[in-house]
Amino acid sequence: MRRLVEHYNRRDVLDAFLFISPWLLSFLLLTLGPLLFSLYLSFCHWDGGSLDRLNWVGLANYKRLLFEDHRVRVSLYNTAYYSLISVPVGVVLALLLAMALNQNVKGIIFFRTIFYLPKVVGGPATVVLWAWLFNPAFGPLNTFLGMIGVPAEWRPGWLNSEVWSKPALIIMSLWSIGGSMLIYLAGLQNVPRQLYEAAEIDGAGEVGKFFSVTVPMMTPTIFFNLVISIIGSMQVFAQAYLMTNRTLGDPNESTLFYMIYLFRKAFEDWEMGYACAMAWLLFGIILGLTLLVLESTPFWVHYEGEKK
Amino acid sequence: MRAKHGLLPPVGRKARRRVLAYVILVTLSIPFAFPLIWALATSLQTVDEVFSGSLIQAPGDPQWENYREIFEYLPLGRFLFNTVCIVSLVIAGEVLTAPLVAYAFARLRFPFRNTLFVVMLSTLMLPPIITTIPAYIFYSKLGWVDTWIPLILPGWLGGGAFNIFILRQFFLTVPRDLEDAAKMDGCSNFGTYFRIFLPLAFPAIATIGVLSFVNHWNNFEGPLIYLSTLDTFPIALGINMFKDAYSAIAPHYLMAASVVSLAPLLLLFLAIQRVFVEGIILSGIKG
Repeated sequence: MRRLVEHYNRRDVLDAFLFISPWLLSFLLLTLGPLLFSLYLSFCHWDGGSLDRLNWVGLANYKRLLFEDHRVRVSLYNTAYYSLISVPVGVVLALLLAMALNQNVKGIIFFRTIFYLPKVVGGPATVVLWAWLFNPAFGPLNTFLGMIGVPAEWRPGWLNSEVWSKPALIIMSLWSIGGSMLIYLAGLQNVPRQLYEAAEIDGAGEVGKFFSVTVPMMTPTIFFNLVISIIGSMQVFAQAYLMTNRTLGDPNESTLFYMIYLFRKAFEDWEMGYACAMAWLLFGIILGLTLLVLESTPFWVHYEGEKK
Repeated sequence: MRAKHGLLPPVGRKARRRVLAYVILVTLSIPFAFPLIWALATSLQTVDEVFSGSLIQAPGDPQWENYREIFEYLPLGRFLFNTVCIVSLVIAGEVLTAPLVAYAFARLRFPFRNTLFVVMLSTLMLPPIITTIPAYIFYSKLGWVDTWIPLILPGWLGGGAFNIFILRQFFLTVPRDLEDAAKMDGCSNFGTYFRIFLPLAFPAIATIGVLSFVNHWNNFEGPLIYLSTLDTFPIALGINMFKDAYSAIAPHYLMAASVVSLAPLLLLFLAIQRVFVEGIILSGIKG
């Protein structure tokens, strides 16, 4: 009941709105306004030029998007392929590294730096670098495969090959898992020692302790990371744009990811309405996936202090 | 598995586990370290060495002039200068406005505070592209496309929900007594903010600034969408041009350009590793 008669200090309220005014302005001008306009545009045809050419077309964009445009299907498939492999493998690899670092090893700072550095410097410059590592003829990756006896005809064509282009991008994405690794490491260091001691008294071995203490205590961190990684991987863009031929998704549309196609529609074909509809579909997919992960949490995420 | 016949000292579980840890760390550190070392080696090679087909080789006679030459072939100096300008202007805005907003959300009572805060957090969920298209139209109607304004302005308007959230969490931990004492002495909200909260938040603000530096240095999508004149390009876009022009014929130049553009990040990281590590953990642990 107290809330109903809550009194605010006039001075505080005025000051507060002054303090938050930068964000409020950005919210209205750069988020809410564009959001509503984007929703409206998704029901229109427009080339982004004069407003005279803006026509309401109802659900036409969505119909085309869902049923007619085969490139949307191709790009969704490519994106799902990329996500479904890079996210789980990334989580496992990052956890493995974090657990190895957590064994009280000597030189922890040295190893931590090596694994985390790619995450810091990783930008367009390193993508260009990786494109060369993958060079089928002269790149060190295939040279290495040759050294361990893989015959020339079995060496992947990487970015030149329809089959290997996505795996190449996935391999590159694994290079920057250092951020997740650090977060897992911090999580592991926060697991109370007494829990392990208690498990030992109960006769748990290494494997037992891992599954009865480490995993349950880490699930909230893993969960958070999983959501962030899924959202990020669904929007893969710069790597593919830089590594392959801009927005074509070469070779043969095997790297035509959803965001690449969306970018092409918006800023090359200037089909603003259609691109907005695509953006809303992406939002729907991300929201759906996040809710799915969220719904599944009672089955696997353990929150300390929660009633069973 | 305990050593039964006392010839060898008993190998404890802990020791075995540590050996396994070393095996994992050493094995995996090779592919993680290789690309950067390879780029550095390649950037100093002659074109013949690059195409010699060896896995990696130290340059016979380091070609330092590769670095001088790339600055002649492309306006790399201009790109670097642009990047420094854009990045510092954005960060200046972020460190000035994000703590202001965060302070109000953490410490002042006003109507709709919680609602607005939840709204702010939920904007983090939005894929940026949804607002990018209308924002692009908005900027183009104002004649700001092909300027740095669209890249810098958001920094001056609160610097993003994420930074505000992190700083708000920090401000929540400041003891009330300090604030009460200041208020008792007749400090206004602004006075309390500037004299008590801002100085205390300095390390947190620095962390945000550093993470932001990395993000904006590497930002590719923004400049790609908004910039089209070569003279305005940051290094992230410049390197892309470089790739198109040189990738097939002169990878040693390409690697030199790559090393130049990531060197500032590398040096910054090695200089203040702690800030990075704390920052990334701060950003990842709140669920």
